[in-house]
Amino acid sequence: MEHYLVLAGILFTIGVFGMFLNRKNVIVILMSIELMLLSVNINFVTFSAFHGDLAGQVFTMFILTVAAAEAAIGLAILVVFFRNKGSIAVEDISSLKG
Amino acid sequence: MLVQAFAFYLFAGILILSALMVITARNPVHSVLFLILGFFNSAGLFVLLGAEFIGMIMVIVYVGAVAVLFLFVVMMLDIDFGNLRKGAMQYVPVGLVIGGILLFELAALYGSWHFAEDVSDNFSMPNADFKEVTNTEALGLVLYTKYVAAFQLAGLILFVAMVGAIVLTLRVRPGVKKQKVSEQQARKSEDVLEIVKVTSGTGV
Repeated sequence: MEHYLVLAGILFTIGVFGMFLNRKNVIVILMSIELMLLSVNINFVTFSAFHGDLAGQVFTMFILTVAAAEAAIGLAILVVFFRNKGSIAVEDISSLKG
Repeated sequence: MLVQAFAFYLFAGILILSALMVITARNPVHSVLFLILGFFNSAGLFVLLGAEFIGMIMVIVYVGAVAVLFLFVVMMLDIDFGNLRKGAMQYVPVGLVIGGILLFELAALYGSWHFAEDVSDNFSMPNADFKEVTNTEALGLVLYTKYVAAFQLAGLILFVAMVGAIVLTLRVRPGVKKQKVSEQQARKSEDVLEIVKVTSGTGV
């Protein structure tokens, strides 16, 4: 069981590191968020399986729902932003400042 | 047991490698493809854990919907990706420090995990109640009874996300010719047709 948990930890860390590595590219940042959500899902299912409690798997499905909704909205915002500005670099998203 | 351990290390190894490739690949299309590979391997891990339904949902939702959505956006937007990577290296040290601290803490927490003695008193949905049915059936028995309110809320979230995505990306373009049935039906012959008496030899 520790193996699965450590795997989820490594995956979460890769997700966080991916955000630093691709600071400018919003698409890869969104993918890093997906990786982090995946690691959380692995944690939930691991505890559910080794615990013998089904609630973890139910909540995994809700996380899956939220992840899908988040990806759809995030990519829609990205498409609109690209249409207006012609770029997806993070530092160009500064119109709302001040 | 040996086969299980082998399968776990196979899936976990490929999952971690593909996750690393997701964040380091130069071409975002490759990132998305490695993301799909990672999702497949995590689905294998879920099957290994005995959560077959979650594993299959993983393949359908993540690979079939989310990753394909990413692929569409990456391929349809005309982005200069080489420019986006410039200057990214300066954040690697701080990222490594934060990631290292996080990994150390998580490993310290999980590496020596053990359950408390009376943890089974706190179960909300013990697996033992569903010993004789499959994983999918057990999930269905729980999801549509105890968690029905949360299930409906999840549907609402998806609905709002769908409406939001459509509203955000809808673009009304001027000058596009479209068929308007009501205008076609409302047309009368007097509006458009004129009968002119022409005397011969003069023209209109």
